[in-house]
Amino acid sequence: MKRSISIAGTLAVITGVVGAATLAAAADEAKLQHGKEVYEYWCTSCHGKGLGLFGPGTLPGTMALALKYKGAEPPVLEDRIDLDPQFVNTVVRHGIQAMPPFRKTEITDAELEDMTAYLTRTAR
Amino acid sequence: MAVLPAGVGAGDFAKVLQEFGSAVGSQWVFSSPEDMDLYRDAYSIVWGEPQERRASAAVAPENVEQVQAVVRIANKFKVPIYAISTGRNLTYGGSAPNYTGSVVVDLKRMNKIISVDDRRNFAVVEPGVSYFDMYRHIQEKGLKVWIDCPDPGWGSLMGNALDHGIGYTYGVYRDHFGAHCGMEVVLANGEVMRTGMGALPKATSWQDYRYGYGPYVDGLFAQGNFGIVTKMGFWMLPQPENYLSGMVMVPRYRDLTALIDQVNYLEDSGLIAPPGYFSPAGGGLFGPPDPKLKDLMANGWPSDDALEAFAKNKNAACWGASLAMLGPAATVQGTWDYIKQRIGGAISGATFKDGETLKFPLTPEQQAKFPHRVAVGIPNMEVYSLVTRSPINNPADPPFGHADFTCVISRTGESVFEAQRAFYEAFTEFGVPSQIGPFSGPITWHQRTFIMGPIIWTYRDAERNKKARALFNHLIDMAASHGWAEYRTAPVFQDRLAAQFSFADHSLLRFTEALKDAADPNGILSPGRGGIWPKHLRASQKGRQNL
Repeated sequence: MKRSISIAGTLAVITGVVGAATLAAAADEAKLQHGKEVYEYWCTSCHGKGLGLFGPGTLPGTMALALKYKGAEPPVLEDRIDLDPQFVNTVVRHGIQAMPPFRKTEITDAELEDMTAYLTRTAR
Repeated sequence: MAVLPAGVGAGDFAKVLQEFGSAVGSQWVFSSPEDMDLYRDAYSIVWGEPQERRASAAVAPENVEQVQAVVRIANKFKVPIYAISTGRNLTYGGSAPNYTGSVVVDLKRMNKIISVDDRRNFAVVEPGVSYFDMYRHIQEKGLKVWIDCPDPGWGSLMGNALDHGIGYTYGVYRDHFGAHCGMEVVLANGEVMRTGMGALPKATSWQDYRYGYGPYVDGLFAQGNFGIVTKMGFWMLPQPENYLSGMVMVPRYRDLTALIDQVNYLEDSGLIAPPGYFSPAGGGLFGPPDPKLKDLMANGWPSDDALEAFAKNKNAACWGASLAMLGPAATVQGTWDYIKQRIGGAISGATFKDGETLKFPLTPEQQAKFPHRVAVGIPNMEVYSLVTRSPINNPADPPFGHADFTCVISRTGESVFEAQRAFYEAFTEFGVPSQIGPFSGPITWHQRTFIMGPIIWTYRDAERNKKARALFNHLIDMAASHGWAEYRTAPVFQDRLAAQFSFADHSLLRFTEALKDAADPNGILSPGRGGIWPKHLRASQKGRQNL
C-alpha cells in the first residue's frame, strides 16, 4: 500500500512537471506567435521581402539595411540571428534614421516584449 | 517631466495629469521624459534646438466621452492641447504639437471602423484607423469598395484628410478632404457637434449629402484649430472592374504645354486617374537625373534647342505622361484608343506605349508584382524608399527626415517652365545643387492641382538644419513672389506660409482669428496650427516661426 501510494505520488509529480513544461512551452509558443503578429502588423510593410520602388527586395527598411550592411548581415530582420532584446527595444522606442519611434498607443510595452521575443528567437 | 505649459505651475500640472488619469485611466497619461521622447517630431528641421516644439504630456482617450472630458479639463486649467490621429504626419510635424508645452491628445486608441457600406459606397471611421486597417477590413469582409491611399499606408484616413492629403485614383476620391462627408467634432467647450446631415437626429444620409443646411463649416477643422474631430465619413470608390495604363511621349521641349492641355481635358472630363508626368530625356520616373545634365547646365540655363539636342542625342522624348484608367474593360480600352487618337492628332510626333491591363480583384501574385500599388487602392510604405538610405541619396550619409516643399502652381506648361527656372535659380543663389531643372515635370496632386518643389532633407545636426531652414524660408518667399505657395508645411514654417495669403491686409487670417477667439476663448486647441494663434498668444507668438 505504501509502495503503491509512493508510485502514485511519483507519477503525480512527474505528470505535474510534464504538464507545467507543456504549459510553459505553449505559453512561449503563444508569445512568439503574438510577437510575429505584432511584427507583421507594424513592421513588414518596410522590413519585408516584397517589391519596392527599386525592384524586388527594396522595401524601405530592407533596402536601407542592405545598403548599410553590404552583405555582412541579412537585410530582412526576420532572417537576423544577431538581434538582442535591448537593441530591438531601443530602435522601436527611439527610431533610427528615417524610421520614427513607435508610441505606446501603437505598440504597447507588452506587445513590444512579445515582438522582441519573436525577433530574437534565433539569437546566437 | 520635460516641459510645462506656459503659465501653469508644476503643482497645478500634476493636478491636470491626475484629472486626465481619472478621465481616461492613469496608464494612458504619459509625462516621463522617456515617454515624451515618443512625441517629438522625428523629422524635425529644428531637432534639439530651442525652437523645437515639445509636448508637456500626452493623454490617450478611447472614446468621444473621454475626449470631451479631456477638453473640459484643459479648459478648466487653461492648458493647451494638440490632437493627433495616428501621429504619422511626418514632414508636417509628426506627433509633436505646434506649441511647446501643449498636451498631445493621442487619438490612436480610437481605432474603430464604424461602418463600411458598399451599396452607397462610404465609410465612417475614428481617428486611429489607418489605411492599412481599412484595407484589411475591406479584404476580410469581402467588400466591393476601394480606399484611395496616400503613399504611406500607416497614416490615418481622418488625419490625412484633415491635413489635405491626397491619393492616386480619380479626382473626387484623391482629394481626401474633398471626399469626406460628415464629421463629428468635440468643440473647445467640450460639446459634441455633428456636421451636415449628422446634425439632423434621425437622418440616415449623413454620408450621402455633405452640406445639411446652412453654412458649411467642415473646412474649419482642416489645417485649423477649432475642434477635435472624432468621427468622419468618406466616400469610397466602388471596386472597378479593370485597370489599364499607357504612356504618351512627346518629342519637343515645348510640347509639354500642349501635352498638359490635352491631359487636363482628359482628367477634367473624368476619363483618367491622376497623370504622372516625367521626362525620358531627363531621367524618367523615380530615376536620378541624368548626370550629363550638369554639363549642359554649366553655362547657365540651356536654350530650348540645346535641350532638344540633348534629348535627341539620347534618342529620348523630352516629355511623357503615364495615364491610367479604371472601369469596365470596353470603357477603359475605348478611352485609351480615344486618347491615342486625340493626342496623336494634336501633337505631331507623339508616340504611345500600351501598359498593363489588370482585372480586379487582383491575385496575390499580381499584387506582389504591381509596381505602385497605391494606384490600385493597396496601401503600402514603398515611398519611404525615397527618403531612407537609398540609391538616390547618399547611402553613407542618409538623412533623418525631410521637409517637403510642396508648392501649388497652376496647371499649364507655362507655369511649369517658370517654376523650373525659379526653383533652379533659388537653389543656385544658395549655392546648393538644385533638385529642379529643365526636365523636371509637375506632379499631379489634388483635383486640378500641380505641385512642384524639392525635398529638403533634415538631420540631427543643427548647422545643417539651420541652412536647410534658410533655404526653405527663401523658397516660401520666392514662391509667393510668383503667386505660388505650399499647400501644407511643417509647424516651424506655418506662420510664414499663412502670412503669404495676404490679400486685403490678411483678411482671411484675420477672419479665422476672429472665429478662433469666439469658438475657443481660452485658446486651448492647437495654438498656432495653420498660423492661427489664440488672442492671448497672438502678440507673443505670431511670426515667431520666421526663423
